[in-house]
Amino acid sequence: MNEDKLQVAERGRDESQYPVSRREFLQGLGGGVVILFAVGDPPATGQGRGGQRPDFNAYLHIGEDGRVTCFTGKVELGQGPMTSLAQTLADELDVSLDSVDMVMADTARCPFDAGTWGSTTTPQFGPILRAAGAEARAVLIGLAAVRLKVPKDRLAVKDGVVFDKTQESRKVTYAQLTKGKKIERHLESAPKIKTVGQYNLIGKPINRLDAVQKVTGRAKYAGDIRLDGMVYAKVLRPPSHGAKLKSLDASAVDGQEGFQVVRDGDLVAVLHKYPDLAEQALSKLKVDYDIPEPRFDDKTVFDYFIKNAGNGRVNGKPAGNLDTGARLAKEVVEQTYLNGYVAHAPMEPHTAVAHFEGNKLTVWASTQTPFGCQRQLTSDLGMPSENVRVIAPFVGGGFGGKINYDQAIQVVKIAKIAKKPVQLAWSRADEFFYDTHRPAAAVKIKSGVDASGKIVLWDYSIYGMGGRGASLFYDVPHNRVTIYQRHHLLKTGAWRAPDNNTNSFARESHIDLMAARAGIDPLDFRLRNIKDEKFQRVLKAGADKFGWTPAKKSPSGRGYGMACGFDVGVPVVLFAEVKVNERSGAIQVKRVVCAQDLGLVINPEGVTLQVEGCITMGLGYALTEEVNFAGGVVRDENFDTYELPGFSWVPEIESVLIDADDEPSKGAGEPAIICMGGVLVNAVYDATGARLRQIPMTPERVKQALAKRA
Amino acid sequence: MNENISFTLNDKAVSVNTDGERPLLWVLRTDLGLTGTKYGCGKALCGACTVIMDGMAVRSCVIPVSNVEGRKILTIEGLAKNGKLHPIQEAFAKHDALQCGFCTPGMILNAYSLLSSNPEPSRQEIIDGMEYNLCRCGAHTRIIRAIEEAAQEMKGAR
Ligand code: FES
Ligand code: FES
Repeated sequence: MNEDKLQVAERGRDESQYPVSRREFLQGLGGGVVILFAVGDPPATGQGRGGQRPDFNAYLHIGEDGRVTCFTGKVELGQGPMTSLAQTLADELDVSLDSVDMVMADTARCPFDAGTWGSTTTPQFGPILRAAGAEARAVLIGLAAVRLKVPKDRLAVKDGVVFDKTQESRKVTYAQLTKGKKIERHLESAPKIKTVGQYNLIGKPINRLDAVQKVTGRAKYAGDIRLDGMVYAKVLRPPSHGAKLKSLDASAVDGQEGFQVVRDGDLVAVLHKYPDLAEQALSKLKVDYDIPEPRFDDKTVFDYFIKNAGNGRVNGKPAGNLDTGARLAKEVVEQTYLNGYVAHAPMEPHTAVAHFEGNKLTVWASTQTPFGCQRQLTSDLGMPSENVRVIAPFVGGGFGGKINYDQAIQVVKIAKIAKKPVQLAWSRADEFFYDTHRPAAAVKIKSGVDASGKIVLWDYSIYGMGGRGASLFYDVPHNRVTIYQRHHLLKTGAWRAPDNNTNSFARESHIDLMAARAGIDPLDFRLRNIKDEKFQRVLKAGADKFGWTPAKKSPSGRGYGMACGFDVGVPVVLFAEVKVNERSGAIQVKRVVCAQDLGLVINPEGVTLQVEGCITMGLGYALTEEVNFAGGVVRDENFDTYELPGFSWVPEIESVLIDADDEPSKGAGEPAIICMGGVLVNAVYDATGARLRQIPMTPERVKQALAKRA
Repeated sequence: MNENISFTLNDKAVSVNTDGERPLLWVLRTDLGLTGTKYGCGKALCGACTVIMDGMAVRSCVIPVSNVEGRKILTIEGLAKNGKLHPIQEAFAKHDALQCGFCTPGMILNAYSLLSSNPEPSRQEIIDGMEYNLCRCGAHTRIIRAIEEAAQEMKGAR
């Protein structure tokens, strides 16, 4: 870029040619350099602010004070994008990490973003953000070359200072360069970004930028917003999903000093200036509901699913011919695997605040999808979208559950009637009820191995959920995946690596079962049947770290298990060691090794943290977590009956990353969790000879399986 | 029944006039505006609401505010002194002993109580002492490490 072109960019900007939203975004930024960029497909059409999405969905700004600000619609849920994105940007721009500010998840200040979920932040966002950083750096170098009268290739940058490599005292800061300038660039073609050896920050462990706020209690979550005149709402939770409110007598509460009862259709809430008093008053409402007959409960759900499966549809690309596969098989093994509903149970229940001022509405919500929430509110209320602002402050965990923002919809309805600012935080019982649970599902597998230990048949049927993680990465010539109809009485939704936990549990249990029948070591069996080289590398690296050796007999009594999985482009393998108390049925996981190929790793510390998070959370669904329900009635209301993993459950965790710096980055928030069911089932089998077909492996189920053991 | 309740909060005398049955948690969060103490379950099952009462960790969601009359309460906001983080806070930050951070204030204060009654805990004693503080993000391993380091640090300072 030469100086002339820059001058044109500076002077020749015609504000009116931009969509409303772009102008809005750029207003108030002051001078400096702005780089606009789009992630993934440019969001050029469709709905957004002012009915128009801008043609970019993130931007960065280098202000006249030299500070760098990145504006993105991503949400900080705990997985650390605030830190990893800032780190990426600082590196590419050659500025110090503490000169970068992140403005996140505010629909009025950040351009459109679809939502924060599914390990997409690092892989999709990272490369573009780096390109934007590189572009900004190039612009600044261009300015510096003119200012210092030094050719560009003689210039270098450190900590935001551009200097002449031959004479370091000849230098100028980013702040000096941006002063009095207003330069706007749109990232069209990707500029050259740094390569592996040039990183200063990428790939280095650094501490979280939000750590100090979080350890001092200063970090603000939606429930920490305080507004003048704000009251707290508590919603009346219906006794069952599908229940209809027949009658309501609120006279014991409504109009009592300080209390107000608000009703909008079936939504009923008590308002008070103290949330605890609002909650208490709920029990004084006299209500009557029509409750639908329960069709099934947590015990009968799987039978119901299989009996009412309807016609399935084939998922993905089937291969070969199942009959041929069956003929080639030495033995055909058929088995059904079951997995219940689980709750997201973030420590922060869904919370939101709604504030109407004149014709404008501001909502603070713990949500993974602030823009989706804004769009929904805009259409519900018939308000112009520029008048509806949604902000997701720090969010206390999401795991997929906060893709849903029902609490925000509720609080807006309530605030509209109450005509004052209202905060609504779901109680823990509300959270268990309104949450979108991971669906319960049954998986039926019919498979066969030939005389050489090669899998030749794989007929895989899914009841109750979808097919993420169901496509086979084993090399099987005759295979098919079929998905059958779903029937759910509870709300269901995405739960950390949706479907893949159950699919991986079923597949890997079955693979182990086949290996045992064929008399082949589980690692060897997998290596023989997975051709993919990357996968092979991961398998070997994990086995190495774990110290896997073939057992003399199966089960070996050592309590060793392994399981593979594939999620969001990442091959992952887990090895585990367990101890089973045969009297009590309790399982203690001693050690877990996780090997995965994540491509280029931006912040290894962040990855290790995610792996530990995945494995710990995975202990829950593998060992205890299961939602108790009957029809639409959710029986679990708190952590006494719904047990989350505690400190004593956590095994020694080791993470192995395959060196792949020249490959694109992949997200680490999900892959490691998907094998936890499978690896523990296999380890329990190796410890005891009892193979569980259903998770979670509660002590009851373990004892039953032990009793049935041959 | 409203009553006057006076206590020491983060080294300052405070008094509130409210229904003494109300949980301390909500009086802190609403009446007194200290939002660092979190709600996670309301039934003494998660530890997010942990505060220190006369040196011991308690779960403020089940403590009627009338019980704190005349007592000393320490919340997360009162732990750093003169802008300097407490060693436990330092260690949590340094070891990334948090993700979403929602359980963090309760974790830190529970660890504070643990270390004041047992300044040199074994790893197992840390695990036992922290067992009923829940973290959904799975920061457990880091939290244990942070507490170990904080114990060392505090020992050096004594
Ligand atoms: S909120 Fe008090 S222990 Fe959970
Ligand atoms: S850090 Fe999120 S609950 Fe512990």
